[in-house]
Amino acid sequence: MTDSLYVAWQYIRYNKVKTATLVACITLIGFLPLVLERLLHESERQLASRAATTPLVVGAKGSALDLVMSTLYFGDEMPERITMKAARQVTDSDLAVAIPLYVRFKARDLPIVGTTLDYFDFRGLQVARGRQLAILGECVLGATAANRLGLDVGDSLVSSPENLFDLAGVYPLKMQVVGILLRTHTSDDLAVFVDIKTAWVIEGLGHGHEDLTRTRDQSVILKRTEGNVAATAKLMHFQEITAENMDSFHFHGDTTVYPATAVIAVPHDAKSGTILRGRYLGSGGEYLIVVPEEVIDSLLQNIFRIKNVIEAVILIVGFATVLAIVLVFSLSLRLRQREIETIFKLGCSRLTTVRLLSAEIGIILVGSGVLCMALLGAVAPFENELVRSLIIR
Amino acid sequence: MIRIESLHFHYPGTDFQLAIPRLSVAAGEKVAVVGPSGSGKTTLLNLIGGILTTGDGEVQVGEVRVNALPDADRRNFRISTIGFVFQDFELLDYLTVWDNILHPYRITGALTLNGEVRDRAHGLAEQMGIADKLRRRPGHLSQGEKQRTAICRALLTRPALILADEATGNLDPDNKIRILDLLFRSVDEHGATLLAVTHDHGLLQRFSRVVDFSAFRSGAGDAA
Repeated sequence: MTDSLYVAWQYIRYNKVKTATLVACITLIGFLPLVLERLLHESERQLASRAATTPLVVGAKGSALDLVMSTLYFGDEMPERITMKAARQVTDSDLAVAIPLYVRFKARDLPIVGTTLDYFDFRGLQVARGRQLAILGECVLGATAANRLGLDVGDSLVSSPENLFDLAGVYPLKMQVVGILLRTHTSDDLAVFVDIKTAWVIEGLGHGHEDLTRTRDQSVILKRTEGNVAATAKLMHFQEITAENMDSFHFHGDTTVYPATAVIAVPHDAKSGTILRGRYLGSGGEYLIVVPEEVIDSLLQNIFRIKNVIEAVILIVGFATVLAIVLVFSLSLRLRQREIETIFKLGCSRLTTVRLLSAEIGIILVGSGVLCMALLGAVAPFENELVRSLIIR
Repeated sequence: MIRIESLHFHYPGTDFQLAIPRLSVAAGEKVAVVGPSGSGKTTLLNLIGGILTTGDGEVQVGEVRVNALPDADRRNFRISTIGFVFQDFELLDYLTVWDNILHPYRITGALTLNGEVRDRAHGLAEQMGIADKLRRRPGHLSQGEKQRTAICRALLTRPALILADEATGNLDPDNKIRILDLLFRSVDEHGATLLAVTHDHGLLQRFSRVVDFSAFRSGAGDAA
């Protein structure tokens, strides 16, 4: 057998391109369903575990899935906005703790999550370096976000404008990185956390500028009345919150009607949760309350239906590839008829010929298997991020 | 060494027929087989070597009745008793010269590849002047070097009988003589018998005997 393997190996070495093509085909046929299985398993784990630890989410009526994906995974689809009244309503019910979330803006393609300190306690997020959010204009980065952005405590991060050509739109805000969170292997790793008020500042609902009552530049004054000074568009807003200009930052109007995308409601107990749900379900009001686990279960069922379809496609493609490989081997056998004839003339049995060819096929299959395992091993450390970028968006 | 009696052979589906009433070759002889194309020279070598068989007549090599052997025994007989040298060398492109020479030992359990065999292979390669080409593949050899490699492969098993099928047919005149000299010398050194098919009448006087094959064949066809 050793000699058969040796001869087979020499043949394979000599026919590098043909062998590499075969190995690549077989590897892909093995690798694709396996990696799909693992990624779906990881996505199921991520989706289900996070959903299971988030009891209730209150948001605008509309797509429950968009609401959950935005609130739990900070996905790209932004649900209809609600106001902070929703958080107040939950708090006033005395049935649950309300954690508002405003997930609208991005910083270099990473979601900026505006929330309160309760969120960190609720998720059990711990600061690995630096400190927690304390004042306006600060941000805390998830572990992966910090790596991806190449930022550390003391650096600054600028929020991305929503539309470069919208001069009246959201202006970027330069934020100070004050902390990096411990890795949790959840969506929190990829987020930029700010206080919800900082998110409102990014939106322009809160801003800071020079004191109009003391300015010497009259061109920035539009109208001066008793007790009020209106500014012209020339007035520059601060794009960074510093110790010097912090006092000038202020919010106009009633902050209870300021926007949020969702409110996570953490009931004090199961009974409180049920009562709270009942209130929203029965009221026919403006908010939607969902149990994320139910929404995610339904999503997972759809994902696994799609997975079955994909697996069926892979199976068919795999079968076609196997047929093509069989064809390649049979054609190769024809091309090697003379060689087979020669070794037969030398005294080799037909069985030995079969053994030689089997050894070649065996080496190719083992090579493909090893390559497949190596690829799976290489993908394994990135499964979490792949799931985040390919499946949970 | 070789004794053929009342041999009749034909390829099914053709009108080719080979009939040899009697042919014998003594041990140590170097016999040339000549005859027109299609006269059955290669068929004879294949019958002697047990690649082809017939129930009609008798083919005996040494003490062995080749056409009475079962398949497996015939293969073992072939690999242990006969060395084939083919016209177009039939070397394997993907093996080096060294591996081609050792190939018979790697494709059958009847032979054991050990240090002694490797030493002998080295000796043969040196004798044939290809010791410096052992790591090359056939694609990088001249015609003469290829044939010398094929002869090394045929001689390595120390066969009692060497069957050469137009072994010099693809070579230029100088190489023909050199290869034939090497083959003869090796045959003498190993005490083997040589039966060589050739079309080259200029080489015939170097053989101890010439068998004109046209006398044996009856019928017509193109299967030989």
